[in-house]
Amino acid sequence: MNPGLLFDAVLVTVLLWVAWAALASRDLFRGIVLFIAFGLVLSMGWVRLGAPDVALAEAAIGAGIAGALLLATWARLPGKTEERPGDDLEGQERDHEQR
Amino acid sequence: MSSASRPPGEPGLLLRAVLALLLLAAAAGVALALVAGQVAPGLSGAVAAALPDSGASNPVTAVLLNFRGYDTLLEMAVLTAAVVGVWSLGPAPRIRETEPSPVLLGMNSVLIPLAPLICAYLLWAGSSRPGGAFQAGAVLAAAGVLFIISGRRPAVHLPAAPMSWGIVAGLGVFLAVALAVMPGGRELLEYPRGLAGALILLVETAATVSIALILAGLFIGGRPEDEP
Repeated sequence: MNPGLLFDAVLVTVLLWVAWAALASRDLFRGIVLFIAFGLVLSMGWVRLGAPDVALAEAAIGAGIAGALLLATWARLPGKTEERPGDDLEGQERDHEQR
Repeated sequence: MSSASRPPGEPGLLLRAVLALLLLAAAAGVALALVAGQVAPGLSGAVAAALPDSGASNPVTAVLLNFRGYDTLLEMAVLTAAVVGVWSLGPAPRIRETEPSPVLLGMNSVLIPLAPLICAYLLWAGSSRPGGAFQAGAVLAAAGVLFIISGRRPAVHLPAAPMSWGIVAGLGVFLAVALAVMPGGRELLEYPRGLAGALILLVETAATVSIALILAGLFIGGRPEDEP
């Protein structure tokens, strides 16, 4: 099998999986970290599509600065305990029980 | 799961099914258009033909700073307006009151000296290879973010100009260049041949400084204390 095609197939699979994991995350912090990972994988996708300019912008801005802004916003969300407004604690508990 | 045990605020089974069907249909439509549709030739031929006159040998830079310079000028205006909006919300909150971890400080001592070097390379490379003001500015902004979260200030003594000057420099220089080329019957942003390369580098250098300050300023999330 063509190694380039194999790499692309793995890349697309990982991209879709990370995107879903970031969206479906019950924990807001985890979601943000997955979003940053998504940006880095996506920039590899742009390299594979022959668009290194877009890949650079995606890695620097999409993953780097946007991730930093999201984390800064997350750190400023109200809530003294571990719980933060975006977290779905009931959902986390339900996930925990199912395991 | 019955609807009774469903937590409040979560969509019901029917709504989920309808949404899933709609999304699947949209995805199938896009895939079909990609496979069956004719791909338009685009403008790559026209760009390649005009590239020698543009002042940049990288087609992306030529499009962003010359052929569609107006778009990039307005993008700089949007970024500048974004910082003005953030500053109008109030003074910047204190980010770090505790001592930064040794790991962060160690990483900073490696990464921060490299950032200006990478920034300068990306800026210079932009005329002929992938790179450019936005990527260079983002790398410099990342160094600024590392400084901010470590709670330290740069040890180099930069001239004490207000941050706002640096923020508007990119838009200001771009506008000045766009207007300065007009005498002699040229349109707005119509660089004279021969000077195009130098003017693009000037605009990009100013834009890099501004983009770095703007992105770091957005991260601070408010008007810095020593800014008027």
